[in-house]
Amino acid sequence: MELVCPAGTPAALRVAVEAGADAVYCGFNDETNARNFPGLNFNREELTAGIALAHRRGVKVLVAINTFPRAGAIDLWRRAVDDAVRAGADALILADVGLLDYARRTHPGQRLHVSVQAAAANADSIRFYVETFGVKRVVLPRVLSVPEIAAVTAESGCETEVFVFGGLCVMAEGRCSLSSYATGRSPNMQGACSPASHVNYREERGRMVSRLGEFTINSFAKDEPAAYPTLCKGRFETSQGVGYIFEDPTSLDAATMLPALKEAGVTALKIEGRQRGRAYIESVVQSFRQALTDLDAGLPIETARLAGLTEGQTTTVGAYRKTWR
Amino acid sequence: MMPPSKSTIAPVPALLSLAMRPLPLLPLQPALFFLLDRVVRRHPGLFARLGPHADKRFGIDPTDLPFAFVLEPRRLRPRLAAVRTLPDDLDVRISGPLGGLMGLIDGELDGDALFFSRDLQVEGDFEAVVALRNAIDDSQIDLIGEIRSLFGPLGRPVEEVLRNGLRRLRPVDPAGFGV
Amino acid sequence: MSHTRKNGATMQLTLGPVLFNWAPEAWRDFYFRIADEAPVDTVVIGEIVCSKRSPFIADHLPVVVDRLAAAGKQVTLASLILVSLPRERRQMAEMAAAEDAVIEINDLSCLASVANRPHAIGPFVNVYNEATAGFFARRGAVRMCLPPELPLTSVAAIAGALPDVVVEVFAFGKAPLAISARCYHARAHKLSKDSCQFVCDQDPDGMLVKTLDGQDFLAVNGVQTLSHGCVNLIGDIPGLAEAGVRALRLSPQHCDMVAVAEAFRDVLDGRREAAEAERALASLYPGTPFVNGFLHALPGAVHTPVRSAANRGH
Repeated sequence: MELVCPAGTPAALRVAVEAGADAVYCGFNDETNARNFPGLNFNREELTAGIALAHRRGVKVLVAINTFPRAGAIDLWRRAVDDAVRAGADALILADVGLLDYARRTHPGQRLHVSVQAAAANADSIRFYVETFGVKRVVLPRVLSVPEIAAVTAESGCETEVFVFGGLCVMAEGRCSLSSYATGRSPNMQGACSPASHVNYREERGRMVSRLGEFTINSFAKDEPAAYPTLCKGRFETSQGVGYIFEDPTSLDAATMLPALKEAGVTALKIEGRQRGRAYIESVVQSFRQALTDLDAGLPIETARLAGLTEGQTTTVGAYRKTWR
Repeated sequence: MMPPSKSTIAPVPALLSLAMRPLPLLPLQPALFFLLDRVVRRHPGLFARLGPHADKRFGIDPTDLPFAFVLEPRRLRPRLAAVRTLPDDLDVRISGPLGGLMGLIDGELDGDALFFSRDLQVEGDFEAVVALRNAIDDSQIDLIGEIRSLFGPLGRPVEEVLRNGLRRLRPVDPAGFGV
Repeated sequence: MSHTRKNGATMQLTLGPVLFNWAPEAWRDFYFRIADEAPVDTVVIGEIVCSKRSPFIADHLPVVVDRLAAAGKQVTLASLILVSLPRERRQMAEMAAAEDAVIEINDLSCLASVANRPHAIGPFVNVYNEATAGFFARRGAVRMCLPPELPLTSVAAIAGALPDVVVEVFAFGKAPLAISARCYHARAHKLSKDSCQFVCDQDPDGMLVKTLDGQDFLAVNGVQTLSHGCVNLIGDIPGLAEAGVRALRLSPQHCDMVAVAEAFRDVLDGRREAAEAERALASLYPGTPFVNGFLHALPGAVHTPVRSAANRGH
């Protein structure tokens, strides 16, 4: 299985390459990608240089252009496609149907992947992308259990890529407007969920309160592990009580599922976290590289070495086990 | 699910911190000036990543030291000043143990992880903090190497003392995150 | 003004599918009354949130469809928002097999089965721009209800590029914000999704989600999350008409939807001022604030009040 690793900066790309990535994914420093955070991502020269460096080491670079082009401003996204192709990207990761159509017509030889943001959750929709745009791989939404992944992979006949570590969307990706309801900035259009510009922490009566836009998302006691105010991992009140009504502030760690994912016919394993630093990239990539080596050698996979890196400092295998639902 | 991990970053020993308290800050100032000047000249890419946040005022408070820093990373005449207490008119206030803050700068530690474990506290303009973190992380600043160069012929022993000192503040786990 | 009013008068009203788990008889009676009294042109119908609920309405569906059609309503069958289980794919295939039915696609998995026959694209398909809208139009989409989070500039660009497509916007009701594989009703009641006991039926208007400091925020509807605030674009009709919007979608809430439709129809036809109609809607659906931030490129939870006719000026 191919290990696909995140890079938010050229330095992170170098670290991922060194740490054992088979492929690195990254994006341009604008709203064309779904990790449009301040100080992050690549300009045109950085991408060209990054791809050249990765290729010298036999590592592929996948360019994510996975937001949905703003009506009336589609050219910004089309230029991103053209420039990524020109820079030598091994594949483009796209979500918008119109942009897939453009890429297929304008760059017929370019390898295309369907982004997780397209939420292609079953064989019928994957078949649509394969037949219509000739896509070679689909990144599966984090809503499927392992048996479902196996079934989808077998039936669609398309390469599948699944997330194995990092932030966990509990909603179907690319189909969530929670953050834009609170902030006015849409993950689908502007490329940032819970944008830092709308995040605020402050001390209130001995507790740290996190807010997103005008809404309180959580409150932490003095020594309680904190979390970013992502709406779906906030604490709220309903008629049934107070708590994490959507998901605890936890991260995905599917290291224990690697044998099952291999069995399921998955082509590539993806690590989330383009917004994270070099230290994270290095530890997580090395850890999964080791796990894959162990897996190929028939050895048991050592787990739980990465918990400190995760939000809320706890991990889950998420939807990969059906009971998560 | 695993239990939350505790902080693994050792503070600067209290006795040492206490001993530093009466030291005057003024002599530190030229050193900080040269240090910042060297860093920004060697890493011009910092500013492209900081964008509009280069004009903000960052307060950096090593909680285990008896003083703090105000950083203004602007393109023209950037400024790094040592202060006894942070002023009120800052855009951002970042506080945490020295070992954690240094680990962030040299890329050994992960900012999000430090924040989740509550080793690092951030108040104010969160977007500016994220931009600063990303800019620094990409720049791969060798802070201790830069400090060494400030000391000329004395550089090597100073570097050794600093690196040994910092190593003691680091988590035992080489990955730096402990479980 | 007269230009605007003419466009408003030609604008259609669509009743969206009931999103909540209403008692089957209440569901049936709701549609009977819509058929008999509501001034809506199109009724989109079907269980689109949770496939486990589908059997409840299945018995009533044929008679409801007949009653609506007899009343002159265009009936459209809507697909599930999230299709993943084999059972769900079967349900969708069966729906698409009804050859004379008009189908509204909410997930691309259904696209192949309706290709090259007239169909509608629902608000859960990501149509964010004119190129994507054009792609679907070329494959037979004749109507499109755009995603609720689109700002007016995007709506105008899409409608302007596709004059032959009936472009619709989500104009009334709690905004659907997210869909998940996980059931939050079951989670809140500490039940597993497979043995959920259909607790979502306790909240016919969604389960209120408050922030820790007591601010009303969201509404949970099983696997779906909606806004607590109720989208209401009745004050935005002139701008929508100018943008080329040809239909407004009213999403059923637990209130008098016939009166809601009448208020919208009256404003479209110039019989009532928007501000007056908004006050009427507030008393029809009390306790839930109105929001229209998405249309104005603001946080969705924001409400920009109706501009009075006097300063609407162009």
